[in-house]
Amino acid sequence: MDFGRISRRHLLQGGAALTLGAAAGLRPAFAAETTIGFIYVGSRDDYGYNQAHAQGAAALKKLPGLKVIEEEKVPETDAVEKTMESMINLDGATLLFPTSFGYYNPHMIKMATKYPKLRFEHCGGLWSEKDPKNAGSYFGYIDEAQYIAGIVAGYTSKSGKLGFVAAKPIPQVLRNINAFTLGAKLANPKATTQVIFTGDWSMPVKEAEATNSLIDQGVDVLTCHVDGPKTMVENAARRGAFVTGYHVNQSPLAPKAYLTGAEWNWEALYPKFVKMLAAGESIPNFYRGGLKEELVKVSPYGEAVSEQARKHADEIKAKFLGDGYTIFKGPIKDNKGNTVITAGTERGQKDPELEKMDYLVEGVIGATS
Amino acid sequence: MTTEAADPVDAAAIAPAADAGFLQRWGTEIEYILIPGAALVAALVLFGIFVALFGKNPLDLYWYMYYGAFGTWFSWQNTLTRAAPLILTALCTALPAQLGMVIIGGEGALLIGALAATSAALALQGMPPLVVQIAMVVAGMAGGGLWILLSGALRQYRGVNETISSLLLVYIALAILNHLVEGVMRDPASLNKPSTREIGAANMIGSIPGTDVHWGLVFGLIVTVAAYVLIYHTTFGFAARVAGGNIRAAKIVGLSVGRLILTACFLAGACAGLAGMVEVAAVQGRTNANLAVGYGFTGILVAFLARQNPLAIIPVAILLGGINASGGLLQRRLGLPDASVLVLQGIIFISVLASDALYGRIGFLKGKS
Amino acid sequence: MADGNIGLWTVPLAVLGGAIRVSTPFLFVSLGECITERAGRINLGLEGTLVMGAMSAYGISYLTGSPWLGVLAAGLTGALLGALHAGICSLPRVNDVAVGISLMLFGTGLAFFLGKPLIEPTAARLPAIDFGWWSDVPQVRAALRINVLFLLGVVLAPILFWAFKTTRWGLLIRTAGESADAARAMGHSVLMIRLRATMAGGFLAGIGGSFLSLFYPGSWNEGLSSGQGITAVALVIFARWDPMLCLWASLAFGGAAALGPALQSVGVTSGYHLFNAAPYILTLLIMIITCSPKRTLSGAPAELSITR
Repeated sequence: MDFGRISRRHLLQGGAALTLGAAAGLRPAFAAETTIGFIYVGSRDDYGYNQAHAQGAAALKKLPGLKVIEEEKVPETDAVEKTMESMINLDGATLLFPTSFGYYNPHMIKMATKYPKLRFEHCGGLWSEKDPKNAGSYFGYIDEAQYIAGIVAGYTSKSGKLGFVAAKPIPQVLRNINAFTLGAKLANPKATTQVIFTGDWSMPVKEAEATNSLIDQGVDVLTCHVDGPKTMVENAARRGAFVTGYHVNQSPLAPKAYLTGAEWNWEALYPKFVKMLAAGESIPNFYRGGLKEELVKVSPYGEAVSEQARKHADEIKAKFLGDGYTIFKGPIKDNKGNTVITAGTERGQKDPELEKMDYLVEGVIGATS
Repeated sequence: MTTEAADPVDAAAIAPAADAGFLQRWGTEIEYILIPGAALVAALVLFGIFVALFGKNPLDLYWYMYYGAFGTWFSWQNTLTRAAPLILTALCTALPAQLGMVIIGGEGALLIGALAATSAALALQGMPPLVVQIAMVVAGMAGGGLWILLSGALRQYRGVNETISSLLLVYIALAILNHLVEGVMRDPASLNKPSTREIGAANMIGSIPGTDVHWGLVFGLIVTVAAYVLIYHTTFGFAARVAGGNIRAAKIVGLSVGRLILTACFLAGACAGLAGMVEVAAVQGRTNANLAVGYGFTGILVAFLARQNPLAIIPVAILLGGINASGGLLQRRLGLPDASVLVLQGIIFISVLASDALYGRIGFLKGKS
Repeated sequence: MADGNIGLWTVPLAVLGGAIRVSTPFLFVSLGECITERAGRINLGLEGTLVMGAMSAYGISYLTGSPWLGVLAAGLTGALLGALHAGICSLPRVNDVAVGISLMLFGTGLAFFLGKPLIEPTAARLPAIDFGWWSDVPQVRAALRINVLFLLGVVLAPILFWAFKTTRWGLLIRTAGESADAARAMGHSVLMIRLRATMAGGFLAGIGGSFLSLFYPGSWNEGLSSGQGITAVALVIFARWDPMLCLWASLAFGGAAALGPALQSVGVTSGYHLFNAAPYILTLLIMIITCSPKRTLSGAPAELSITR
């Protein structure tokens, strides 16, 4: 067990860095060698989910005293546990960002228990009291940005038919579809959103087929929730439909067709986290926020967005940034006619019920199973 | 590395001095080690040249590969953890290969085995853990076994090529798994990662004491030795090898080739199914799409590199586990993309296959020189 | 109709459109594999060739601005991988099925490795020809925007059919596939015939890949081929090594791939995972129906390792 010492030493170093940071403030702890590890489930330059995180990591690289290490295409098995341990043991990482949902339980929880002095920050998980205190989960209320995109889409669509190419019927995806639809109905109460599930996060041919099928159905504005929106954006634009983007800004792919988009803003969040740690504050274990907290943002409007749409969207955006605004405000019915949020109930963004969403609201054409 | 590459030549130079009788007796065995070893070294040299083309130092490459795979106690555990599933999935290709069949559908058997094992565990909730675990082993092996048996039966009764059918069955198994996991078997609490319910912490098989390596490795070693005994020290194995050499001769001497095919396919699938059970019971704790990460496909590579010999599978699986384990380090330290592991595996595979031509052609081993 | 609302007609139209859009890679890979297998060798590595072709076509199109140079590059890359396959298989005691699997791994890995910087940029695409000018239904017009590669493939199938039957090199390939000894007795090198056949097969498979990245879905990324190359190899077997049947089978596969999303768009939402697996289930079923244990498949080259 000679080798055990290596990891223990790194561990102590890591712990020391954090405690020192807590005691003495920014400079000493983060001066020499604080190593931060990022783990991506897919390719780092996918024009989508992973690229958004890589952009956040790139923002950290610009800060002094930090070393950022990255590993891409790490599957959600014990491989990610070993990747985390490898970053800890061989590179001396003290802060880890495993960025894919499936890394959380059991893998990251296991590692956080095993290395109690290091900090683990997971994107998308639902941290609860029973989880280790050195683990945290953060996520952005990107449905706020989807809501704004929905407004723009509702104004832009001539047919009143919107399309949504989605990977799987899981709460995060359903929440985006619903927010997008509710936004569109602000602009055009008759607007509908047709959804097609491709079945997995990255299936270009299926995504292209779904895009074409939707347009064949008369859809003229599309958005999506898959890992890499490039396929949907390009194929929709080729057929003359408009798109709103997702994850990152895809307007360079189709400048004329790109209306706006719901983007992550990790390049604002990650430096904030690092500064919090350096200042000796602890990052809240359950960290959530939307437009106001700068976790998500809306792409700049494209030229096809009308004055009226801009005005309305900006007005709602100002409310999100100001006193707050509730998207899921009763009465809301699902698309089977059941009331899912009763009149008078307001489900604010932090309402845990929203993280369990399993319905599609009225106006969405499609089914969750 | 060049000195190692030259090893066979050196050996040839000193060969005449060696005892010819010794060489005649052990020549075949020496060949079995020398030729794949030389092929492996040649592949590493080729990969070094490939990497050098992209401006990376091959010596750094070899060092990091060694360091990430075998350089520390942690690296060893990382390697062994990654080798564990490969040992079992390799047997899925190696067993039918004794009969001259090429089965490449281990991935499908792994998925079906995992589903079956999970179902068994969920059905037996509340029973003593040992009972549940034994039931999971039986169910996993039966599930995987029947899945590959299907390929064998199609070959035997319909003349459908087993290579193609077993591959098609992988895609079908994956669709079944996704369908069940997102449908009837879905745990409503598995929000953003559709999964079955958990088998329960008490039923997990855990790690080998003193290590992070799960018991799957031991399962693999036991099954491998059993397979070796079966192939080389039983009538069944002898009959299978006769049939593999010449089916017509086997029929003439009265062997029931059909039964041999079906048995070999069932046992092969059972091994991959056991790998699926281990992934559930030692890693994931439930079944979801994360199980489909290609262990079945890497297993094919392991089997061919081991020349379908069960005992040789163990070192080869550890070697490939090591390559996978060091892949992360290559990304982080050398800035190589994740796909470099695939390229290296491809080069090794091609090189070892091409070296098949050398058997029986190295003069000194025949005692001729 | 003018308002674009075509309701349930979406499904047949999508299947038609899908048959044209999705089938092209199947068509090229299966025609290529048809040539290789007729010469008595199976190349399971065409999945790797397809992916490699897609990547190199995209890269060359991006660098030169000419998608047709991209197509050519894809073909040449494919031919090189074909030569590698044939070269290794010509060594004694080397199993061609295993070499194919290794090249699948190698081709895919190499394409991912070299293709990293190509995921973000946008390359020039192949043009389409508008065959739907006669219709005022936009969906029909969209379904009939057809790429030249598809037309080339459609023309190539009968040409190959004719060439296998009547030309000298068609006869040579078939001889090498039916009886290597006969070909040798005629004074031809079987290895050379197979080398050329495998290179030709790789060339076509590479072009099939260029269609994926340069036309539909139309960009390079690592999930681009979800097993199309390997499905196309299976397709050759139940097309009985007949180029014309390859054409029809490819069209059926393209249509089957479009079925899942199209059914969802008209409200058939359950079981889309199973619909997505339709092409594989279809292949397996057709193989079960058409194969027989009593005789080798009609049309099967006698030298082919997987049918012996």
